[in-house]
Amino acid sequence: MRYILFVLLSLLALGVSAQMNNVIVTQTVQNPTKIAIVPFGWSGGRLPEDIPSIMRNDFRFSGQFEPISPDRMLAFPTAEVAVHYRDWKVLGAEYLLIGSITQEAGRYYATYSLFDVIQQKTVLSQLRVDGTESQLRDIAHRISDKVYETITGIRGIFSTKLIYVEAYARPQNYKLMLSDIDGARQQLLHSSRYPILSPIWSPKTGQRVAYVSFEANNKPAVYVMDIATKRRQQLTSFKGLNGAPSWSPDEQKLAMVLSKDGNPEIYVMNVLTRQLERITNHFAIDSEPTWSADGAALFFTSDRGGKPQIYQVTLATKQQERVTFDGDYNARSRVSPDGKSLVVLNKRPGGNYHIAAQDLKTGNLRILSETNLDESPSIAPNGAMLMYATRSGGKGVLAAVSLDARVKILQPPKQGDVREPAWSPFFN
Amino acid sequence: MITKAIKHGLTLAVVMSFLVGCSGANTTKEQPPVETTTPEQTTSVEETAPLTSVVYFDFDQYALTAESRAVLLAHSDKLKGASVAVRLEGHADERGSREYNMALGEKRANAVRDFLVTQGVSGSSLEVVSFGEEQPAATGHEESSWSQNRRVEVKY
Repeated sequence: MRYILFVLLSLLALGVSAQMNNVIVTQTVQNPTKIAIVPFGWSGGRLPEDIPSIMRNDFRFSGQFEPISPDRMLAFPTAEVAVHYRDWKVLGAEYLLIGSITQEAGRYYATYSLFDVIQQKTVLSQLRVDGTESQLRDIAHRISDKVYETITGIRGIFSTKLIYVEAYARPQNYKLMLSDIDGARQQLLHSSRYPILSPIWSPKTGQRVAYVSFEANNKPAVYVMDIATKRRQQLTSFKGLNGAPSWSPDEQKLAMVLSKDGNPEIYVMNVLTRQLERITNHFAIDSEPTWSADGAALFFTSDRGGKPQIYQVTLATKQQERVTFDGDYNARSRVSPDGKSLVVLNKRPGGNYHIAAQDLKTGNLRILSETNLDESPSIAPNGAMLMYATRSGGKGVLAAVSLDARVKILQPPKQGDVREPAWSPFFN
Repeated sequence: MITKAIKHGLTLAVVMSFLVGCSGANTTKEQPPVETTTPEQTTSVEETAPLTSVVYFDFDQYALTAESRAVLLAHSDKLKGASVAVRLEGHADERGSREYNMALGEKRANAVRDFLVTQGVSGSSLEVVSFGEEQPAATGHEESSWSQNRRVEVKY
């Protein structure tokens, strides 16, 4: 009886916490690392942001960590002298993160330390991050990034951001939105009653976003927006398709699809001079270009073989070759930051549309997502996870999966149908 | 250990029931409807409300079916002499990637345009636009809706 009660209460607690923390982690790694993030010391009144809570959410989102709830904590040390490892061993914690916040002349200073509970040693001692009141969330994410990288050796993505499209029906409306990667601080970049699609961050500075909008006479055109000022520029107005923009790694060029010469083909445009270079010349559909990590080649979708598959074109020679062979549909490719994997929208005969990753060396393709009607993968700048769009509960929602498929996440629904996620680069 | 497994299992169960609730996989293979609206015989085309006709396509195809050709033949007679602007709006169903579906919609509209041109309609009066999967006619997530969305709308 007590067992059932415990289970019911756990379920309730989980339900509530899933709500507050915003994402449903449907699959974690096999033994997530237990981390205790203790409430920070703070002498003032109520802080507008709960920094440890934001950090616990960050670590949950990684799917590799299991934050210990403050309800279970036996002590709340805010300084190293107050740390007794047995209080944390008893909870099964592997890492302990403590800290305190002070305020001076309108600026907030967070000091934190990280301890290895198993080895009983200090890993990070009295590191400091500071910021204004509006940067309290950034302070939290900065600490999460540092702790995550210290423990895993992988750069954290908790300070990155997301751009996505939210679509409404009756009346029809499209919003280009920006938010933190944890879903907070949602901001409207642009609203239109005409379709908006294919947003993509400038990969080096993250200062601009290119996207496609139908607002010019209900016809598609490529736009570039400066994210800080929201000032936008229409870059194309060719007859026919203007779509699938993709920034070169140095942000100087945009690859795109245009059908002005009679057929959907890949072109590269110099963003400054607007000079166009035609890349493909084939009567089939050629679309969705994406740059290789070194900027020397483009991957693109083509149905020249009868069904959509990914091809690669070396820009210097225009030599083209087919890249994907597994499945009867491969489209919308993206290259991982280390250049080793190609993430695609894949379908095998008789199967569903899933996000998959192909090893560019071996050609081996592995399905990553388990949801249905998946599309639009966007890879995190640390290459560990990707965000994509899918459907759940009758709505378009975002989901995430790690590139080793061990972590699976479903985002909660928003008011409209959410789609077309674009993961930002790192902001230096 | 066991309680943790139960916790995870229950979370999974909650999420699964959530997801199962929405999957409506109903794959009835119906013939897509072929609609034609015929205007009054005597009035000039410009005086009536915008006329629409819709032709449908097979999955991931932009070739015209025999039915589509028959529908378009009827239209080409009306359009041959008249100097009206005709909009050919191409569409695709929601499956697959958005930009590829934009191109698919355009290829479909191009196929309609090319056919009308071979029937003697002036190419300059035919405007092609693709909306990809952005403007579905039916919003369900199974073949009965998808087949209605793989279409070109002829508007004049």
